[in-house]
Amino acid sequence: MLRTLSPRSIAIWTLVALIGAVGWSVLALARGEEVSAAWMVAAALGSYAIGYRFYSKFIAYKVLKVDKTRATPAERLDNAVDFHPTDRRVLLGHHFAAISGAGPLVGPVLAAQMGYLPGTIWIVAGVIFAGAVQDMVVLFFSTRRNGRSLGQMAREEIGPVGGAAALIGVFAIMIILLAVLALVIVNALAESPWGVFSIGMTIPIALFMGFYLRVIRPGRVAEVSLIGIVLLLLALIAGRWVAKSSWADAFTLSKESLVIWIVVYAFIASVLPVWMLLAPRDYLSTFMKLGTIALLFIGVVVAAPMLKMDGVTDFATAGTGPVFAGSLFPFVFITIACGALSGFHSLISSGTTPKMVEKETQVRMIGYGSMLMESSVAVMAIIAACVLDPGLYYAMNSAPTVIGETAQSASEAIRGFGHTITPDQLAKYAEMVEEQSLLSRTGGAPTFAMGVAFIFSEVTGDGMMSFWYHFAIMFEALFILTALDAGTRVGRFMLQDALGNVYKPLKRVSWWPGLIMTSAIVCGLWGYFLWVGVRDPLGGINQLFPLFGISNQLLAAIALTVCTTLLIKSGRLKWAWVTGAPLLWVAAVTLTASWQKVFSDDPRVGFFAQGDVAQEGIDSGKLEGKALDDAHTVVTNTTVDGVLSALFAILVVIVMIDAARVCIKALRNPDSVVSHEEPHTESTYVAPAQLFATKEEKAELAAAGLGSGGGRIPGQRGETAGEESRT
Amino acid sequence: MTAVLTTGVAAGRKAASRVWWYVRELTGETAYERYVEHLRKHDPAAEVPSRREFERQRTDAREADPREGNCCC
Repeated sequence: MLRTLSPRSIAIWTLVALIGAVGWSVLALARGEEVSAAWMVAAALGSYAIGYRFYSKFIAYKVLKVDKTRATPAERLDNAVDFHPTDRRVLLGHHFAAISGAGPLVGPVLAAQMGYLPGTIWIVAGVIFAGAVQDMVVLFFSTRRNGRSLGQMAREEIGPVGGAAALIGVFAIMIILLAVLALVIVNALAESPWGVFSIGMTIPIALFMGFYLRVIRPGRVAEVSLIGIVLLLLALIAGRWVAKSSWADAFTLSKESLVIWIVVYAFIASVLPVWMLLAPRDYLSTFMKLGTIALLFIGVVVAAPMLKMDGVTDFATAGTGPVFAGSLFPFVFITIACGALSGFHSLISSGTTPKMVEKETQVRMIGYGSMLMESSVAVMAIIAACVLDPGLYYAMNSAPTVIGETAQSASEAIRGFGHTITPDQLAKYAEMVEEQSLLSRTGGAPTFAMGVAFIFSEVTGDGMMSFWYHFAIMFEALFILTALDAGTRVGRFMLQDALGNVYKPLKRVSWWPGLIMTSAIVCGLWGYFLWVGVRDPLGGINQLFPLFGISNQLLAAIALTVCTTLLIKSGRLKWAWVTGAPLLWVAAVTLTASWQKVFSDDPRVGFFAQGDVAQEGIDSGKLEGKALDDAHTVVTNTTVDGVLSALFAILVVIVMIDAARVCIKALRNPDSVVSHEEPHTESTYVAPAQLFATKEEKAELAAAGLGSGGGRIPGQRGETAGEESRT
Repeated sequence: MTAVLTTGVAAGRKAASRVWWYVRELTGETAYERYVEHLRKHDPAAEVPSRREFERQRTDAREADPREGNCCC
């Protein structure tokens, strides 16, 4: 398959490699001077291009052996509802919109405390060798199995024990994920009437859209989305006016009251019918997501801002950073999480997408390609964090226990980190975005929004700064709220399924008492962690985010275990390293991190060590009042967090051991392996494999009389001509 | 000059119609058309649900199995 390259192709790819290499050299060699973000973009894009062109092609044709003559489930089972062959460009957008969320916007911002270099290297290397590989391989195997889910594949290929462990893992991870996402928006919206008003307005807007789609003009999604976006922007502009009016007090909410609002909202939203809130919200957040990401790309390229953060800060080696504790290995990898490798994507790659793939050869572009796009979003997020004045970055991302509650104390604490920012400057920054204070706005979203505001206002002028800040906050809050609703439903579904084995009626999704009870349990569970995160004296994000990162990466470990098992069971031992090597890496990272979170003696890192310090304080009898309450809270929180870290690690070790057993059995006795792959059926579809058709593919399309989207060859299997074809 | 303008307008129109096609496909607005076409292809006399009915079934199906939504990270 890897033919000899033409001289032209060699010249082009040498140039691409050079661009990437120059980008990396500039980033790595800069010492003490500011570097333009354009170099980071060059390094990332150059590397992505090389990774896509060579590594993903190797995986597709040598390892997976994608077969364009083989009909996909979409072609075989086409029912025009969930199974239907979809134009590859549409499916790329679909899949990208489905995998991208708030994760890659938050993780890289937090990781910036170690400097831009460690984070960027992992985002780029991680996606090329692990994240994109996982997404593509899972998509491929699921496509070969009629779109089976990861859980089903784990059960079928590994066994009931591994399957059950994987299922419990997914549920626990879901809960932590929802709590962390909710915490991110609580921190972004607390004491911000502008933010609360504009986000609050998304509820009536979504209800209106839902009503429109259900009653007025069913199914006219594109037009109602346009109306929705216009209303959304109006709400954003009105928010500024509300924040300055006498209504401002009504929309100024403390963190505690926001927690209650959000949990109640998510509970109600998740029991309401899908059409009322969830479906219209989904359309809005998808458009906002794609639009903002596109704007951000343009902004970074046009403004080419300078990176003010150091390449590698002292926190990288010392492990004493205020944003999250722990040293570079393993915590930078845990923190970056979704932008480089995200376990959650394996659920999408084995969900809707495999039922819509037109051609097996397209898994490369859709699986690997979408993840490269996701990774580039993470690069944008790290750029947004690093264009900020480092003093401002630390002021926004450190817990009050580190920098105190006043601008004065923050300024002094930050001087201790080696950066200067005066209390006046801090006040001025807050004023620029029309917020009361920017101190300890942890969670990544406000920092990201600040960076976006800086980048965009370099293009549009400083007058727009506060608008852009709140635009970015709204954009993140919008799809986090959608995720809370959708995630609660998924958690509930899993719970109903499990509890239904004990009490039958619970399995029926339309049984109201069951629905309300299971929804309440799920909301209660993540609501508990959210409450804990908000009240945590040590700072919720730096406690919960590592837990989120560990759980997400452990889910990736489960997905990679399933992939590696499948490669070995299908007789591809010599290529098992393709998913086996990232599996070993992610297992090493997450198990080390879990180990440190459980057993470390350093109270900044280890949960139990932290609890012991607080317990000593209580035992000493010297604490009283708030300090005593805080100590009790710390003891409870650290115990729960520590037990969870251990639980996640144990679940994954069970899955891996069970998989190893299955693999050894398959290797010893290859004849015993039962393939769950659907048998080969000849495809009657013609469609290009990549975004742009090659010369041969164009000829093939023309011969079949089809447009650039491809389609079924006319006259085959008695079908009518021209379906799906477009010019 | 007018020739340039007309080709420019035509090119703009073509681009706009492609964008509109993409948006409609991406949002699933074409799901109903696709479904009707699918039914008719197999049986030209097939009973076709109204758009209202079809869209209802589609959202209600999501109610029954919520796993096919978006990812959270």
